This record gives sequence, structure tokens and C-alpha cells, in this order.
Amino acid sequence: MTNPSENKKPMVLDEGLEKGAAKLTQDRIEKTIKQVLEGETGARFKAYVETCVHCGLCSDACHVYLSLDRDPKYSPAGKVKRTIGEIIKRNGKVDAQFIKEASVVASTECNLCKRCAMYCPFGIDTAYMMLIVRRICHKLGVTPLYIQDTAHSHAATMNQMWVKEDEWIDTLQWQEEDAREEIPNLRIPLDKVGADIMYSVIAPEPKFQPHLIYDMAIIMNTAGINWTMPSEPGWDNSDMAMFTGDNELCARLKKEHFDLAARLKVKKIVMGECGHAFRSVYDVGNRMLGWRMHPFNTIHAIEFYYDLLKTGKIKIREKYKKSVTLHDPCNVSRGRGLHDKARWVINQICEDFTEMYPNREHNYCCNAGGGVVNCGPPYKIKRVTSNRVKAEQVAKTGAEILITPCHNCHSGMDDILAYYNIEMHTKFICEIINEVMVKPEEA
Amino acid sequence: MADSANWDWGTGEKLISDLDEWKSSFNWVEEPYVSPDGEQIASIVNVDEAEFNVCVNGEVWREDIYDKAWHLRYTPDGRLTALVNENDEWTVAVDGESWENTFDYAWNPIFSKDGGTIAVSFQKDGEYGMARNDAPWEELFANLNCPELSPDGTKTAATVQIEDLGSADIFKFQDGVFTAADDGTPWDSKFVNVWWKSFNHDGSKLAAEIRLNLYDYTIAVNGEPWAKTFASVWKPIFRPGTDSVVAPVKAAGKWTIAEDGNIIWDKGFVQLWQQMFSPDGKKIAAIVAPSFGRWTVAVDGIAWSATIGDMITEMVFSPDSSKVAAIALEDEKWTLIVNGSLWQDTYDMAYQPVFSPDSQMVAAKVEKNKKFTFAINGKTWNQKFDYVWDPVFSPDGKNILARTVEDGKYYRRVIPVNEMIG
Ligand code: SF4
Ligand code: SF4
Repeated sequence: MTNPSENKKPMVLDEGLEKGAAKLTQDRIEKTIKQVLEGETGARFKAYVETCVHCGLCSDACHVYLSLDRDPKYSPAGKVKRTIGEIIKRNGKVDAQFIKEASVVASTECNLCKRCAMYCPFGIDTAYMMLIVRRICHKLGVTPLYIQDTAHSHAATMNQMWVKEDEWIDTLQWQEEDAREEIPNLRIPLDKVGADIMYSVIAPEPKFQPHLIYDMAIIMNTAGINWTMPSEPGWDNSDMAMFTGDNELCARLKKEHFDLAARLKVKKIVMGECGHAFRSVYDVGNRMLGWRMHPFNTIHAIEFYYDLLKTGKIKIREKYKKSVTLHDPCNVSRGRGLHDKARWVINQICEDFTEMYPNREHNYCCNAGGGVVNCGPPYKIKRVTSNRVKAEQVAKTGAEILITPCHNCHSGMDDILAYYNIEMHTKFICEIINEVMVKPEEA
Repeated sequence: MADSANWDWGTGEKLISDLDEWKSSFNWVEEPYVSPDGEQIASIVNVDEAEFNVCVNGEVWREDIYDKAWHLRYTPDGRLTALVNENDEWTVAVDGESWENTFDYAWNPIFSKDGGTIAVSFQKDGEYGMARNDAPWEELFANLNCPELSPDGTKTAATVQIEDLGSADIFKFQDGVFTAADDGTPWDSKFVNVWWKSFNHDGSKLAAEIRLNLYDYTIAVNGEPWAKTFASVWKPIFRPGTDSVVAPVKAAGKWTIAEDGNIIWDKGFVQLWQQMFSPDGKKIAAIVAPSFGRWTVAVDGIAWSATIGDMITEMVFSPDSSKVAAIALEDEKWTLIVNGSLWQDTYDMAYQPVFSPDSQMVAAKVEKNKKFTFAINGKTWNQKFDYVWDPVFSPDGKNILARTVEDGKYYRRVIPVNEMIG
């Protein structure tokens, strides 16, 4: 690993923030802050604000703080102080420039990864505080441009990448056709009412990584699963509106997803290897709609692979030879406790697994999560430089392959590996399973 | 819809087709569909590499094969449709006859209530539209979503993009580049978003959920937004026989029902959707969450006292408007709920309840341990099958048409209801 010295702060110009802030009036700022703080927060928010004793115990939990030479302004409490803390202190009387800066802090300097909450003696959840800031910024129209565009895509198409309805179906049929080269009778059954499982993915799969759909089709067909993929919108389980503070849109996206599963009469939803999408169904979007948990049994791909391997529905021909390590996605490991299942799966399919430290629920975030990677090119350098600790953590393993069962982690880690010149490649678990499993003709 | 009075209610049992035999004739046989009257069973079949056909009661649809075929469905009037591809062109095939118009892609067929109309979304040369009974829209658009067909089948509508939108141009998006196209003609107004929509009884009015900016939601009727805006809205419907529009709206943190912009229920809920009028047009029922994480049905604003934890869906009114039935999910077990009473038996899956013509009985297809049967008036029939389709009551309500698969064979049976619940 090389350690580029440029910890210089590039000038970031984000049109979404600049133009949004230019339209603000003092009256709108103050009214919006009042409405959000009085109308949308409750005891939890009050307790967090009143309880923090500024002890700094949360600081060492944050990869951004650690990576930026322990600059206190990047500590969790520092980020709260620079945003919502100041808003409260000034009784909402902050100006447009402040809102712009608060948006940068909340949307690009915090991944809502919740690692700090584990180390705070009072369990103060800085991620929640940053979401309140994002909510205020959304209501003021001051959200970074690229993630706002992603939210627009969600709103217009119900997927995050402007994938048109025919493009989606066409991609599934194309992957099905390609996969028939390997398994001649293979199917990706579309809209099969009454299937046991609906498989859902996030839009980058049809857009950029259709081979992941191919891999899952091979796995499903080999395991003999009664499954379906939906042709209709709602197929994309991702939810960047959850991260822009557009709660109403976030809820709408989850409604489309669950409605689709209800119409298809499936018993279970299996979600592809994505972390934030998983959080949106078990923690956020579901609750915005009035559900305590997801209405259907909804599992992450890790749990699905675990079940398939445990029950012998898929068997391993020969374990993967290259040395691998695992980056625990925050929303999957810390958020939902799937870290041990992930390790069990990896040990079943890989010969040489090395842990990175810290790991499991204590793992450092990739710094792409929480919508940070979706804020796009203006923040790319800042994103990788403010996660030097991750680069060091990964490099120490000496592994050839970095397994990241999450799309955002995948993109974030690719950028980190490239920036710090670490000779390592990222992979999803399904890619390795497809390489090492026994296929029907070999059975 | 086909008149079930003309169906064969006299023959107790007919073996329609031996599905296992199909399997030996084709590389693979996809999931079967049956006609409303139960006389036909059909599947898409693979004949050879990239060669598909449709098999109906053991006979293939036609001599020529398709390069691809999917989405096989019967219309309510019993015609068999599929989306088919020949020579890289897609179209709709109805009973083996392809539409004259072909497309670069066609998807999402929707049928009118009587089955007489088939509408489909299509893309041709990168432009989007809908086609109704083989007649495509004249004006096409940059994109299309949320299609709708009027109940009488005379009109189609969809959300369309009417202006170019550059990559990541969030400002133009927020100025509004979408509208609804009513039978292919876009409304004069543009909105930030247009989502699900409904036509009135004769197709002369179209209502849609819209977003005026990133924050204000309302309903637009023929392009004209309601005077009031809300924190969110769901799909609107028309009051039967009128031009009044009724939609779920979120106001002051609670969901309720608004008509033409004015709130008409004095109760608010944590959630409220899928509102529906009774057949006599006098009552409104909706699925609601009266408290966080609990679900039930509210009729005219009054929620049933029985609630359930995970989901209520597939709601339906009885023909006499006196009863409401739905399916209810808790802890991965489904049951039925009728007028506020939960049935005792639970299932791995339950399907939409079906009322008898006299509204006295309600039946549903149910699944447990990978076997299927029917539940009627709270009792589960003791016969089990490898598969069944929804039950259909005879016009006199005395019999049920049971369309079932056993040991690889498809049977059509007419079974006295007394025998099933006796
Ligand atoms: S990035 Fe994670 S650890 Fe750092 S402040 Fe945000 S939630 Fe806490
Ligand atoms: S958030 Fe918790 S750990 Fe961090 S400074 Fe405040 S009290 Fe201390």
C-alpha cells in the first residue's frame, strides 16, 4: 500500500448545494427548522441533545475522524456540534451558507454507519442526528446534486438508475439466455405468481453488473428453488431517498416493493448483496409505512447462501483457492448481525480466509455507505482520503480478494484500493459461489 | 367477463389434460394457467433451443415457433394471451394470432373488466407508448410508467416524460418534465411526478397522484390539481357513477380519506391505502393501520377492532355491499378476515376471497405444506391437491368450480358446496 500524502482539501463545487442555497430565504430556513424539530422529532432527539457530555469516547469509533488525523471537527460529536448543535444553539437562526455547510457535513462526512453509537456510554446515535440534518436540508432543497438526481430517478422510475421498464425485462431475458449456455433448461421465471421466493436487486445490477443476476440465476436453478423475478417496477429494492431525507419518497419505494411481493404471492423476499437496501426494508422504509418489521420474511443474500449450503441444496466442487478477506457491510453486520453467517459461508466456499481487524459489528465503514458514494464525483477524493484507516486495515490482511457483500461497499472499496494502490480485487459472494459450486451437469 | 351461467355446471368431473405427458413432448413446460371456465389449461413450452410455443390442452398453439414467449395469461373472457417475439420483434399473441403491430419491446398487458380490451406498454425506436387492442398511440414519448386502462376498456393512460432531461439535471426535473397521457394525448400541465391513476366509469375523466415539487403531493384530475396539497397521497379512485375523486392523503401526520381535496373521514391512521367503494357505491372501505404495526380494515372511517401484525390485502366487498373480506398475515401465516372476524385456520398462503352471488358464502384458495385446497366460510376443505386455482361459485351459489392438479393431471370439477363444508 502506498500512502498518498494529499490530504489536501480539494475545492468542492456542488451545483445542487450552491443553487439550492441561493434560493433560500431566512424565513424559510427558520420555519423549516422549526417544523422538522418540533413536528418530526421527539423524546429520542431531545435525549441525545441533552445527554451528550462531550466526553469524546465516540471519536475513535469514527473512520473519518481517525483518517483525518483525529481532527475533532470530524468526530461524531464534532459533526453534531457543527450542524444540529449549532442550529439548536442559535435557535434555528442560521443562514444559507450554514445550511450548505451542514449539508456537506451530514451527507458527505457521515455514513450513518452507527459505529460510534456502540462506543457512546449513553448510546447516542449520531447517525440519527445526521439524518435529521439531511431531512432539514432536503426540506430546504439543499442536497448534493448527484444523490438528489438518484432520488429523482427513484421517484420517476421506481429504480435508482433511470432504468426504463423494457430495459429491465430485456436484461433479465438476456441474462437468462446467456445462462442457458451453462444450464440449457435454466429459467429466470418472470412474474410467477405463487413462487416461494421473489428475488430483488438494486438497479446497478441491470445497469452495470448484469452478470450478478446471471450468477444468481445459476444458483437458483442449481438449487431447484421455486423463485421469480418481477417484471414490474418495485423490482429495485434500493432506496437513496432514505439517505436524502425524503421520507415520503422512501416510503413510496418500499410500498412498491412490498406490494409487488404481495401481488406475486411469494412467501419470502431474497435481496441481492446490498446493505443499504436491506436497511431500508428492515429498519427505515418499513417503519415509515407503519410496519414494525418487514411484512414478509425478507432475507439478505448472505442468509440465503447460508441456508442453501447448510441444507446441501448447493454443493461445492472445489473451494476457491485465492486468499480472501471480508469487509463487513455496516447495514448487514452491525445493523442485522449477519457477520457469523457470512464467515460460515466464506469458509465453506474459500480455502484461505483471513480476518481484517476490527471486524464483525466493529468493522469500519467503507465510507461509501449512507449515500456518501452517491454524492458523486465532487466528493470522491475526500471520500477516499477520509478513510485511510480502512485502506490500512484491508492492506494488512495481505489477501488477494476482498469480499464485500454490498454494492456501496463494493464501489467504495474499489476506489480505496485504487487510490492507495492496494493489489486486491473486490468480489461479491455470488461470484465465488458460481465459480466453485457443483453445476447440474456435474452433479 | 364471460357469463358463468353458460358454463358447464352439470358435469361433476372432467379430466382435461395429462400434464405429465406434456413434459415428455417438450424440453420444458412452464407454469400452467387455466381459463376462467376451467375448460383449458395452457403453458409456454420450450420446443428446442430458443424455440417456444404455447401448449393448450396438449395441443400446440400453432405450427411456427416463437423465438421467445412470456407472460401467458387468460383474459377475463377466456382468451389466451402471451407476449411473443419473432424475428426480433415483440407483439401480443391472442389465441395464437399475433397482433399486426410489432414493437421493439412490449410488456405489462392489462385487461378490461369484461376482458374485451387488451392494453400493453411498448417501446419502438426508443420511444414509448401504449397500444389498445392492436392500436398504438400516435404520439410517443421519451419514457412511460404507471399505465392504466379504463374499467370499460375504452381508454388507456400512462405517466409520460414530455421534455428531454439531461444527465443529473435536477433543476429541470424540479420544474416538471412529466405528465399523464390520456389515450396518448398529454395533459397541458407538467408535474414533478405523476404516479398511479384511475379513470371514471366512462373514461372521460382521469385522476392521478402527483407531486407538485419535492414536498407537495395532491391529485390532478384531467391535468387540474386539487386546490389542497398533502404530505403524501396514494392512488385515487372515482366515486362510482360520478366525477368525484377519492384518495388516501396524509395530513397533520395522519392518513385519512379526501374527496375532491376535502377530508371526508374524521379519523386519521398511521397508514391507509387500497380504498374501495362497495358495489352499491355507498360505502368506502380501506386497509388501515390504526396504530403503529397493527393492521385492519376501516369502513366509512370506522376500523374493525380485530387487528393483525403484518399485512392485510386482497380486500373485496360482497356483491350486496354488506360484507368486506380480505386476507391477513401475521408471523408468516395467512388467514382470512371477514367483517372484522379472523378465521381460525391459518395457511402458508391465501388468495383473494371470492363471495357467492348471494353474498352468504366466501371462499378462497389456500396453501399449506405445499398442498392446495379451498377454505369456505371459515372451514378448510379436507381434500388436498398439488395445485388449485381460485374457486368460482355457480350462479345459484350451490356449487364451486374446482380447477385442480393431482398427480400431474388437470381436472375440472363441479363440487356441491355442502359437500365441501359438510
Ligand atoms: S460515519 Fe459512522 S462512526 Fe462516523 S459519525 Fe457517522 S455514524 Fe458515527
Ligand atoms: S456522543 Fe456519546 S461518546 Fe460521543 S461525546 Fe457525546 S456522550 Fe461522549
